[in-house]
Amino acid sequence: MPNVLDVLIVDDSAAIRKILQRVLRQTDIAVGTVYEAGDGAEALETLRKQKVGLVLSDINMPNMDGLELLTHLRAEPAWQKLPVVMVSTEGTHAKVLEAVERGASGYVRKPFTADQIKEKLVGLL
Amino acid sequence: MTNQTQIGEGLTQLELAEAIRASTTEVFSTMLGLELAVGEVFVEKEEAVPASGVVSIIGLAGAWVGSGSLSCSAQFACKMAAHFLQEEYSAVTEDVLDTVAEVTNMVVGNVKTHLENRLGAMGLSTPTVIYGRNFQTRGARNQEWTVVPFSLDGERMCIQICVVPNPDGSERSVRPGFPIPRLLTV
Repeated sequence: MPNVLDVLIVDDSAAIRKILQRVLRQTDIAVGTVYEAGDGAEALETLRKQKVGLVLSDINMPNMDGLELLTHLRAEPAWQKLPVVMVSTEGTHAKVLEAVERGASGYVRKPFTADQIKEKLVGLL
Repeated sequence: MTNQTQIGEGLTQLELAEAIRASTTEVFSTMLGLELAVGEVFVEKEEAVPASGVVSIIGLAGAWVGSGSLSCSAQFACKMAAHFLQEEYSAVTEDVLDTVAEVTNMVVGNVKTHLENRLGAMGLSTPTVIYGRNFQTRGARNQEWTVVPFSLDGERMCIQICVVPNPDGSERSVRPGFPIPRLLTV
């Protein structure tokens, strides 16, 4: 069995989750199961049950946003090194900096091209 | 017609219209592969929405407050979803409404990013989408909307934003916190 990467996509938009899943399947990365969550709280619930090798997360979401999710992940030893790429419309320098300070491994601004996502992941994984 | 009229200190109608135009054309060309024709910008006292079709509204709060919206026909919404999700849609479905919501989020979100570099931090609510016939929308305050019309294959879509300096003069609440339904079909 080759090494495959299970991925969690966190976004309150089902349309964006669908697009990101399609982009992931187009990369050279051997993607296994792709889990989906509609907010940070759902994401934590999924991560407690499933082991994934990559998280792609929006920032602005109801219940628990992406920055709060990052804080929870980095506080937990098991998730401290889990690659987490933020994919968000938030594009100010301050917001990107805040994400990086909270432990984001990468940042892609919406709107994005498939190539931008692929480049970010290739550089990261 | 828009002009150099100040909406508030640091922002004119023309600058807001240009931010809407740039953001919308970027979102449509990057994520939908569509090149839109830009119409003549105008200012309205009331939100210029069609009597039927799809309207997506998103709130802005922080140093400045207001709303942004996208309005279009059902056909235009289906075309957006077809290009966004690479599937055919002949009727307005959950996928179509979700696409309209996400495109609104990206367009208004990028206008927000452009503005907050100069005007201060703002937050964005999650979008509310309305689909139906014979409806009207109305803002609580009698303020002006900067409306940028776009067209594609004879179909029209409007992006409009109404934003003013926060009367409280406070940036404490940059996350519009009101819980609003994600989808509302009339």
